[in-house]
Amino acid sequence: MIQDDLRCIWLIAAKDMRTYYLKPPAISWGIVFPLAWTLAFFLRSPGDFEDLVPGLIAMTILFSTTAAEAVVINFELRIGSLERLLLAPVRTDAVLLGKVLGGFLFGLLMTSVVTLSTVVGLRLRPDLAALIPVVLISLLVYSSMGALFSVGFKEVFEAQTFLNLPRFLMVFLCGVVYPISAMPEGLQLLSRVLPLTYTVEGLRTAFFSGSSSPQTASLVLVGFLLIFIYPAAKILQKRFE
Amino acid sequence: MRSIEVRGLTKRFGDLVAVDGISFDVEEGEVFGLLGPNGSGKTTTIRMLVGLSRPTAGTAKVLGYDLSSGIVEAKRRIGVVPDSSNLYEELTARENLLFMAGLYGVPKADREDRAEELLRAFGLSGRGDDRFGTFSRGMKRALTIAAALIHDPHLLFLDEPTVGLDVVAARSLRSLISDLHDRGLTIVLTTHYLEEADHLCDRIAILVRGRVVGIDTPEGLKRSADEEPVIEVTFGRSAFDLWPRLSERLPGSGVFLLEGSRVRITGGDPSRVLEEVFEFSRGHNLGLRAINSLTPSLEDAFVRITGLSPTVMAKEKGGKGV
Repeated sequence: MIQDDLRCIWLIAAKDMRTYYLKPPAISWGIVFPLAWTLAFFLRSPGDFEDLVPGLIAMTILFSTTAAEAVVINFELRIGSLERLLLAPVRTDAVLLGKVLGGFLFGLLMTSVVTLSTVVGLRLRPDLAALIPVVLISLLVYSSMGALFSVGFKEVFEAQTFLNLPRFLMVFLCGVVYPISAMPEGLQLLSRVLPLTYTVEGLRTAFFSGSSSPQTASLVLVGFLLIFIYPAAKILQKRFE
Repeated sequence: MRSIEVRGLTKRFGDLVAVDGISFDVEEGEVFGLLGPNGSGKTTTIRMLVGLSRPTAGTAKVLGYDLSSGIVEAKRRIGVVPDSSNLYEELTARENLLFMAGLYGVPKADREDRAEELLRAFGLSGRGDDRFGTFSRGMKRALTIAAALIHDPHLLFLDEPTVGLDVVAARSLRSLISDLHDRGLTIVLTTHYLEEADHLCDRIAILVRGRVVGIDTPEGLKRSADEEPVIEVTFGRSAFDLWPRLSERLPGSGVFLLEGSRVRITGGDPSRVLEEVFEFSRGHNLGLRAINSLTPSLEDAFVRITGLSPTVMAKEKGGKGV
């Protein structure tokens, strides 16, 4: 049974890579948006650009994974092919994990390009032992978040629109656009319950060292992963009851 | 041996009872049809039997596996063709088949051969490397059925197999289904095409508003309507606006407009029916062309059992494949 589920997870992710990675919503939200964001930050302060690298990587992770999830889940919900996957002799959770893996791999591709180009271009020396776990767990967290927000909708645009609420809230409160310490107390508290804050903290520590530990950030992110993936699986099951 | 045993199967969506305590068996090797209009519960029944929807009450065994505990095992042995051809448009025909083979655990070494075999069997061997999105409706339907057979299932569910197809494609698909039946595959199909059910099915369950209102062989169902005379009348011009008046004149009979100028009358005293038809035709200057006494068709049996007009079924999905 587990072997069947694992095979199914990989097959779905591999099929999604071939089928959906070049769909317009994946390109616009998953590739063009992070690149445009990077360019905007660079033009604003080319001298301090390296300080912004953790934030840019965090946003690339966020937008690429969530955009990919909306595409790989909602396209299939619309044309009914997600049902076809659920007809296979595997558990519903395996189908969802296959979808999450599809978003994860798309995000990994985009994040690798952004990270490698900034690290090489700016001659940065991140602590890879801290960087890699934070990036990988974050990719899973936002891919799961994308899945959670996508399984409730049928159309890609609905999921993308609804996803913008948490995405932009996190972007403005994670400390990249404005320092968290300078925010009003209420917003500081709110920023502490948003996963992107921990991704940015973990990445900052990986790039520049810092007061917070990347292990703590990774642990908190694992908590968020569970918070997102469990209800996503339940909603998907419920959809087909 | 029974391939499917259904007992008191029920599905409720809030206050709506989509399937209302139905019971039936499907024998190994037979083509079993679920016939009924839209909303009769055919698709919901199939969805429960293939594990896409959980029953609210009742039990069902598919290939000996209880739906509540052994659905994953049952899924290994069943193929499902949904009512829409929903393979992946971006993948080629061969890639779609290989993907499905992988999902169903067909050994890697056998996948290519199995895909080629099915492409050949379904007349698509020259199109294996073409994207599914470029196929015609008929070819899409054929490949969707091929995909459902990739793991060599013991039982095949076909949901409205010919809906939306042109007459030629629908005929070719029906012949394909007959071939699968000849090879011993057990098939459960839903359809709202009465002639399709008559032509393909060994037995038919008629569903209306979530209940099984009749279940028998097509011949058995027709025999049940044999007690009533069936008369078909052809007028010289359209009786479209007038036929309800004929219906009023024949209170003990069922009067159905088949086309603008053709009317079918079931039941009632034949001599009185004929008298009324002559008088009606003269009174409205319809120019009587022909009167035929018919052997009851499945359509007549359907009308008798359900009280519904067969034209309702034909119009519902707007399909051409009769």
